Amino acid sequence: MTTKIKITINDLEVEIDQGTSILNAARDIGVIIPTLCYHKDLCVAGNCRVCVVELVGQKKLSAACATPCEEGMNILTNSFKVRNSRKHIIELLLSEHNADCTRCYKNGNCELQKLASDFKIMTQDFIRLVPFKNYTIDHFSPSIIKDDSKCIRCQRCVRTCEEIQGVNALTVAYKGDQMKISTFFEKPMNDVICTNCGQCINHCPTGALVEKNYIEEVWDAIADKSCHVVIQTAPAVRVGLGEEMGLEPGTRVTGKMVAALRRLGFDAVLDTDFSADLTIIEEGSELMVRLKKVLVDHDSDIKLPMATSCSPGWIKYIEHMYPDCLGHLSTCKSPQQMFGALAKTYYAKVRNLKPEKIVSVSVMPCTAKKFEANRPEMHDSGYRDVDYVLTTRELAIMIKQAGIDFQKLIDEPFDRLMGESTGAGVIFGATGGVMEAALRTVYELVTGREIPFDNLNVTPVRGMDGVKECSIRIENPLEEWEFLEGVELKCAVAHGLINAKKVMDRIVSGTSEYHFVEFMACPGGCLGGGGQPIPTSPEIRQKRAEAIYAEDQGMPLRKSHLNPEILKIYADFLSKPLGEKSHQLLHTQYIRRERF
Amino acid sequence: MAPTYQLKRLDFIFKNENDWKEILVGKINLPPQELINELISSELKGRGGAGFPTGLKWKLTSEEKEAVKYVICNADEGEPGTFKDREILSKVPLKVLTSMAICGYVIGSKEGYIYLRGEYFFLQHELNKAIEEFVAYCRKINFEFTIRIFMGSGAYICGEETALFESMEGKRGEPRNKPPFPSVSGYMGKPTVINNVETLAHTYTIFEYGAKRFYDLGVQYSRGSKLFSVSGDTPKPGIYELELGMSLVDFVDEFGDGDTKAVQVGGASGFLVPRKRFSETTIGFQGKLTGISLPTGGSMMLFNSSRSMYNVLDNYLEFFREESCGQCTPCRVGCQQLLNGIKAVKRGEKTAGYLEKLLRLAETMQFTAKCGLGQSVANSFSSIVENFREEMIY
Ligand SMILES: Cc1cc2nc3c(=O)[nH]c(=O)nc-3n(C[C@H](O)[C@H](O)[C@H](O)COP(=O)(O)O)c2cc1C
Ligand code: SF4
Ligand code: SF4
Ligand code: SF4
Ligand code: FES
Repeated sequence: MTTKIKITINDLEVEIDQGTSILNAARDIGVIIPTLCYHKDLCVAGNCRVCVVELVGQKKLSAACATPCEEGMNILTNSFKVRNSRKHIIELLLSEHNADCTRCYKNGNCELQKLASDFKIMTQDFIRLVPFKNYTIDHFSPSIIKDDSKCIRCQRCVRTCEEIQGVNALTVAYKGDQMKISTFFEKPMNDVICTNCGQCINHCPTGALVEKNYIEEVWDAIADKSCHVVIQTAPAVRVGLGEEMGLEPGTRVTGKMVAALRRLGFDAVLDTDFSADLTIIEEGSELMVRLKKVLVDHDSDIKLPMATSCSPGWIKYIEHMYPDCLGHLSTCKSPQQMFGALAKTYYAKVRNLKPEKIVSVSVMPCTAKKFEANRPEMHDSGYRDVDYVLTTRELAIMIKQAGIDFQKLIDEPFDRLMGESTGAGVIFGATGGVMEAALRTVYELVTGREIPFDNLNVTPVRGMDGVKECSIRIENPLEEWEFLEGVELKCAVAHGLINAKKVMDRIVSGTSEYHFVEFMACPGGCLGGGGQPIPTSPEIRQKRAEAIYAEDQGMPLRKSHLNPEILKIYADFLSKPLGEKSHQLLHTQYIRRERF
Repeated sequence: MAPTYQLKRLDFIFKNENDWKEILVGKINLPPQELINELISSELKGRGGAGFPTGLKWKLTSEEKEAVKYVICNADEGEPGTFKDREILSKVPLKVLTSMAICGYVIGSKEGYIYLRGEYFFLQHELNKAIEEFVAYCRKINFEFTIRIFMGSGAYICGEETALFESMEGKRGEPRNKPPFPSVSGYMGKPTVINNVETLAHTYTIFEYGAKRFYDLGVQYSRGSKLFSVSGDTPKPGIYELELGMSLVDFVDEFGDGDTKAVQVGGASGFLVPRKRFSETTIGFQGKLTGISLPTGGSMMLFNSSRSMYNVLDNYLEFFREESCGQCTPCRVGCQQLLNGIKAVKRGEKTAGYLEKLLRLAETMQFTAKCGLGQSVANSFSSIVENFREEMIY
C-alpha cells in the first residue's frame, strides 16, 4: 500500500503517491517540466539541472526529476526565479556546445535545440567556450560517431551502457571544465569493448552520438545504372519507421515501406524475414545435431546450451566478455549476413546478374549490423556480402529527401525472389521471437505435431521481462528423434546485455540447465534496436512489440519450414540444412577479444 | 549593535587524550538516548562545512531500523591552506577514535572508516597503530567496533559526503542527489553518520567535560570553540582554537599586520569581508547574528593593501573550475563563465556591466547547483565583486 500525500503544484492541490518525483507528479496533471539528463529507461542522475523548480519557502531550487514529493510541498514550476535559472542553464549549455545546428545530423531531433527554441535563446551573452576546448570527433567505428563538441555531459549514454547493457564502454573522465565522456584510455570506440549496439545513440539527447550514415553512398549506388541495387528490410523496421513519418508508435507500415523503397529506386525490394526463416531451419537443425551429440554420443566437445547468433551486438559482447564460451554460439550467421551471402550467389544466379554488379543494401533497426557487415569474414560470396547498412532513421531521411508523402502511399508487396516470409520470420524483431520461431519449427519437425500453444503463440517467451524461461516436454517423437523422448527442452531468452550477462554467468558457473538460449543485445529485442527512431521508452517498445505480433498473426504462413521459397532454395541451391553450401555461405566463426 | 567579545584562545582539542578509556567505558554504559541528549543540548554543529547539528545527525541515524550502519570520519581536508584535521589526527587520534566508537554505540553501528586525504598517506602508519591499540582495547572490554582507514583519491570534491561514499564504493567521486540523506542512505546505501575530524574531537570534549561547558562558550547559534587556520598577510600564521562568536575586528587586531584590507572567512567557498564590515561581522554559523560567515574548514586568510582582489578571485575561480566534479551544468559551465568573464572585463573585452550578468549567474549557481561546491561559488564571487568592483575593472 502506498500512502497518499497532498501537495500543491502551481496553486493546484493534488493527491499523489508518496515517493513520486516532482517531475512525474507534475506530468500527471499536465504540467510539463523540461528535462535533459532524465530518461525513462535510466536511473535518475539529476545533473543537467534544467528541471529545477521552486519549493515555496526554500531559497535553493530543487531538481524535479530527483526530488520526491513530501506532504505539504508547495511547488512552483514556472516562477520568476525558476524561469531565469532555467534560461541561464540552457545558455550555459549552449555556450559549451558546438551549436552548429544546420550542419548537425540531429538537426530537428535534438532535445537541446528544442529547449533553446522553446526558451527563445536569441542572444549570446555568455562567452563562447567552444574555442577554448580541445574537442575531438571519433569516427573510427563503422557504426558510431562520437562528437564531443555536441556533448552536454548528461551521462545518459554512460548510464545506458552501464544499466541497460552492463558493458561500461563509456565512462566519465577528468573533472571540472575538462570533464568528458570517454572510453578506456581514451581509445576510439572501435578499439574498446563497445558492442556497437547503438543504445547510447538512442538515449543521447543531442548529436554527440550518432550512427555513421551511408546515405550518400546508397544514393550513389542507386544513381549508378550499371548496378543492381537490392535492399533487404529487417522485421523491426516495419514497426518503427512509421514513427519517423509522423505516425503513432506501433503503426505497421510494411506495405508503405516497400512502396517507398521502390520509389527511392532500389532495383529489388526484398525481405530479411526470408533469411530469418532460413536461419530457423539452419539453427534448428544445428540444435538437434547438438542435442543428439550430447544426449546420445555424450560428446563432451559439444556445448549446451546453444546460444543464438542473430544479434551482432551480442556477438561482440560475448567475444569480449566470455571468449571461452564461443563454443556455445550457433555458427549460423545473422539473417542479414545470410541474405547478403545469398544475394551475390543464389540471387545473382537465378536473376542472371553479375555478382560484382550487385550492390547489397540492408535497412536495419541496428547499428551493430554496420559493424557486422564490415567484419572481414563476411565475404563468403566472394565479395563483400552486405555493402551498406542503413538504420531505420537513415531510411526515413532518404524517404524525406526524395519528397515521398509516406502516409499517402499505397501498400505494395515485396519482390518475389527472397522476398517471401512467414510470421516466424517477422517475430525475429521482438525479444523471444527467434526462440518462438525456432520452437514452432523444431517441435513440429521432431514430433510431427504443432507446438502445443494456443494459436502457435509461445507466450512464455513474449513480453518485456529481462530473462524469460520456457520448457517443453517432448513426447512421442518421430522415429528419427527417438532419443528425445521425455526430454524437457529448457529454453531461456535474454534481451539487453545486462540480462545476457545474468544468463551467461549462470552458464559459466554451471548452474544453467538450458538447452537453447536466445540473446539479443537491445532491450525489447531488435524493435528496441540502436538504429530505431528516437525517442525510445518502455511504452514505445511495447507498442512496437504489439505491432510485430499483430503482423505475425496476419500472415498466411507462420512457420518457417512452410515458407515455399525456403523449400525451393534447399531444392535448387543449398540441397540440405547444414550441407556443404550452407556451411560455406550461411555459417561463420567467432574471434576472441580483450575485456576492455 | 552586535556585542563584542574578547578573543579567547582555548585549549580543549589538543589537550592530552589520556582519559580516553574512561570516557569510552563510561559512555557506552549509558543509554544512547542520554548521549544524544547531551550532544543536542551542547548545540554542537558540524565543523566540516554544512554546520548540521551533530546531536540531531546521530539521533536521526539511530532511529533508522537497519542491521548494518556505518560511522565515517571525514578526513579528506581538501580546502587549500587548512590542515587542522591533520593536526588532530597526528596529535590526538584517540579522541577521534573514541568518538567514532561512541557514535557507533549510539546509532547501532559496528564499523567505522576514516576517509583520509590521499596526500596524508604519511599519517597512515601512526594512525594505524592508534587504531590497533584502540580496537584491541575494545575487544578487551567486549565492545564490538572496528575502524579502518580508506585512502582518498585526491580530488577536492571527494570531501563532499555523498561523493565520498561513491569514492569509497569504488565509483567516480560525484555527489549524489539529496534526499536521501546519509542518515537514511549513505555508504553502501546504509544509514551512515559522517562527521568531520574536528567535530569528533569536539564530541570528545563534550563527553569529557559535559555539554554545559561547551555550550557556555560562543554565542547563540554558534556554540563552543573552533580551530582556525590563519594564513595570508599575518605575522603569526598557524592553527588556533578560538571561541566562536568573536568579532572580526578583534580577530584582525590579533592576527593582522596593521594593513589588513580584507579577510576571506571560510576559504574559497567562504566570504570576503572588506575592512568597512569588520566591526559588524561575527565569526560563527549563519544565524540571526548580524554579519555573515560560516567557518567551513575554518580557514581565515588575511589580505593587506598590496593584494589585488582581482587576483584573489581569479585564483578561487580557477580552483573551482578545476575542482568541480563537472557533472552539473551550473557549476561546470558556470565556473568557466565566471572565470572567463572577469578576465574579459579586465581586458576590456566586455563592459563593466557584464559583471552584473555574472553576479546573476553566480546567484543561479547558488540556487541550482547539485552540491555545496557549486552552490558556494557565489559566496566568494559576489562578496569580492561587490566590494572591490573597481579592482575587477581597472
Ligand atoms: C565541495 C565540498 C567539499 C567538502 N570537503 C570536506 C572535507 O574535506 N572535510 C569535511 O569534513 N567535510 C567536507 N565537506 C562537508 C561534508 O559534505 C559534510 O558536510 C561533513 O563531512 C559532515 O560532517 P560534519 O557534520 O561533522 O561537519 C565538503 C563539502 C563540500 C560541498
Ligand atoms: S554502442 Fe552499446 S556498447 Fe557501445 S558504447 Fe553505446 S551503449 Fe555501450
Ligand atoms: S554523448 Fe550524448 S548522452 Fe552522452 S553525455 Fe553527451 S549528450 Fe549526454
Ligand atoms: S555543484 Fe559542482 S561539484 Fe557539485 S555536483 Fe555540481 S558539478 Fe559537481
Ligand atoms: S532532468 Fe532533472 S536534473 Fe536533468
